[in-house]
Amino acid sequence: MKPKKGNNRIVIPIGPQHPSLKEPGCFRITLEGEKVVHAEIDIGYNHRGLEKACESRNYIQTLYLIERVCGICSHTHSTAFCQGIEELAGLSIPPRAAYIRVIVSELERLHSHLLWLGVAGHEIGFDTLFMYSWRDREKVLDVLAEVCGNRVNYGINTIGGVRRDLDESMQQNIAKVIAFLEDQLKYYLDLALTDPTLSARLAGIGKLSREDALKYGAVGPVARAAGIMEDIRIIEPYAAYIEVPVKPVTDTRADVLGRTVVRIQEMLESLEIIGYCLKNLPGGELTVKAPRRIPAGEVISRTEAPRGENIHFIRANGTDILDRVRVRAPTEANWHGMKHMLEGEYLADVPITIAAIDPCYSCADRAIVINSERKTEMMDWQGLREYSIDWYKKRGLDLSAVKMPERKIYI
Amino acid sequence: MLSALTKILVFPGFLFMSAYGLFLEYLDRKVYARLQHRSGPPWYQPLADFLKLLGKETIIPANANQRMFRILPVISLSAVATAFIYVPVLAKAPSASFEGDLIIVLYLLTIPTVSLFLAGWYSRSVYATIGSVRTLTQMFAYEVPLFMALLAPALIAQTWSVTGMAEFYSQNPLYHLLNIPAFFVALISGQGKLERAPFDLPEAETEIVAGPLVEYSGKLLAIFKMSAVCELVLIASLISAVFLPLMTGNPLLDFLLYLIKTMAVLLFLALLRSAMARLRMDQMIKFCWRILTPIAVVQIIINLVIRGVL
Repeated sequence: MKPKKGNNRIVIPIGPQHPSLKEPGCFRITLEGEKVVHAEIDIGYNHRGLEKACESRNYIQTLYLIERVCGICSHTHSTAFCQGIEELAGLSIPPRAAYIRVIVSELERLHSHLLWLGVAGHEIGFDTLFMYSWRDREKVLDVLAEVCGNRVNYGINTIGGVRRDLDESMQQNIAKVIAFLEDQLKYYLDLALTDPTLSARLAGIGKLSREDALKYGAVGPVARAAGIMEDIRIIEPYAAYIEVPVKPVTDTRADVLGRTVVRIQEMLESLEIIGYCLKNLPGGELTVKAPRRIPAGEVISRTEAPRGENIHFIRANGTDILDRVRVRAPTEANWHGMKHMLEGEYLADVPITIAAIDPCYSCADRAIVINSERKTEMMDWQGLREYSIDWYKKRGLDLSAVKMPERKIYI
Repeated sequence: MLSALTKILVFPGFLFMSAYGLFLEYLDRKVYARLQHRSGPPWYQPLADFLKLLGKETIIPANANQRMFRILPVISLSAVATAFIYVPVLAKAPSASFEGDLIIVLYLLTIPTVSLFLAGWYSRSVYATIGSVRTLTQMFAYEVPLFMALLAPALIAQTWSVTGMAEFYSQNPLYHLLNIPAFFVALISGQGKLERAPFDLPEAETEIVAGPLVEYSGKLLAIFKMSAVCELVLIASLISAVFLPLMTGNPLLDFLLYLIKTMAVLLFLALLRSAMARLRMDQMIKFCWRILTPIAVVQIIINLVIRGVL
């Protein structure tokens, strides 16, 4: 990209391929010296058509697909989806299953926040913090692999309960990891609050005040760092959170340091929750029998993902095929305030500001928007197919004869 | 003639500097890795990286200035190699020495930085341009404290020659204690000179990809990397010659001492690198001008007074 002359301004593209971004997204940053005067956010490089794909599969197949919305917070998506379906089918899951869901969900929060802490360290050039927190994250992943058989995409949820039990040795291993992490997390909290270079790089950066957070609809740690107590585990408890005490974690700094502190304190709170769950783990069945066909109806299901509030809208039509699922991943809600956070900052703070909302690009990418010179158009499934046939035709390949598979509905 | 050439090209000149530089880079990476609970690279990794880069295709951007793009890495490396001639490795036998060579060394030390700036400037890429501007801005921050810290000991020694200073302080080791503040100022601003964390703003990976070197590849990049490694040797040798002068007169023993001293300097630099986050440009300038420079000025005043008393 050529530097634009006039006004001493340069436009610098951060992305779609850039060392600071772990997934594709494009931020066109207009600089005056080192100051950001304008930021343009362009997401949508990773649209996968997941929601559409769900509409041609049965509920169990969809469950596994929904789990793959996000590679980090996969459990929260499958929990939200299962809960919605269970509500439609009128099922209530056994208490043991509810507790296991909470344990896995808190372990997931731990590994997600530790991952974030490492990424944040890397963004500000503090690779030692990156290596330390990812080393600790390995322990959480090991225990998750032991419990679920997988490091990410756990596949533990099923409609009507959970698929695997927590035996004695697993519980002991989880307790060991909790004890180890408690010391580490207290050390990181101390580090974030006292280390001069760390606080110099984090304090006052990416400000999103309480009013702005409400205006832009921020969720999760971004909102909680601005003093808004918005935690679905508390305001609308689900699974075992109805019984498990969850202490709210908020901060008033409203900057990246605040978000860091909130995340670390949330991890400490997660340890408490897991400890409580292990101590009070009820016995009994793991699943209740779920019907293959789900009665027609609509439901909204909310869970607290590590990144914030996760909403699933599900519409069933009485068959064993889903009619519609709409996933509002938390990152999607946090993108709106990004431009506000970036403008007026130094270029050096752009990567950490973007990273501070813990963006998960592909979770948020839901539709293909084509930006041409003047107009913006949205493409539907049919339009996308015509566009691709056209594109290949220009290159000498005629694919219009290829038939799309018929959508089968079993009634 | 032949012995002079050997001294310049083989030992303790260019070849030794490159080999020792690769070793120091290994040590730096290993220590850095161990401090981060990683296992770190094997000993031959820096050499393997260098050879691999030499074998890669060199791509020059179409709108870059071809001649400057090719010549700048060589200028950078040769400036460092020239400066190394004046730094004592074996006692009393640097490859060349004359009254005032400290100034020459400091002057030659700025050339790699300026070539880095020009390299980025002539690459014609936004990342490289911003990296270049940062290289130059950063130079104005660390250069003053670095120069003052290195010149302060020279005031007491009453000589402007690196070898002369090393000799003076090894004969009067107690005077060296006076220079301890300047020693730390030199170490920290030396870290800035080497553009290592927390002063690695010009090549801040997560912001501007690789800074001035973003368009470089293949042999040209290898030469730039080699020049950076040699600069590391030069800074470590210079600091240990000026601030850690301990000489026995026995060449072999002195050489061993030289290795120990430079490695000690490197360990400190590696520790600094692993313990801090990257500073922002305004923070770095503030730090250099409000903390490092005043310490260096006080050091110079103290040294001037002591010189008057002597």
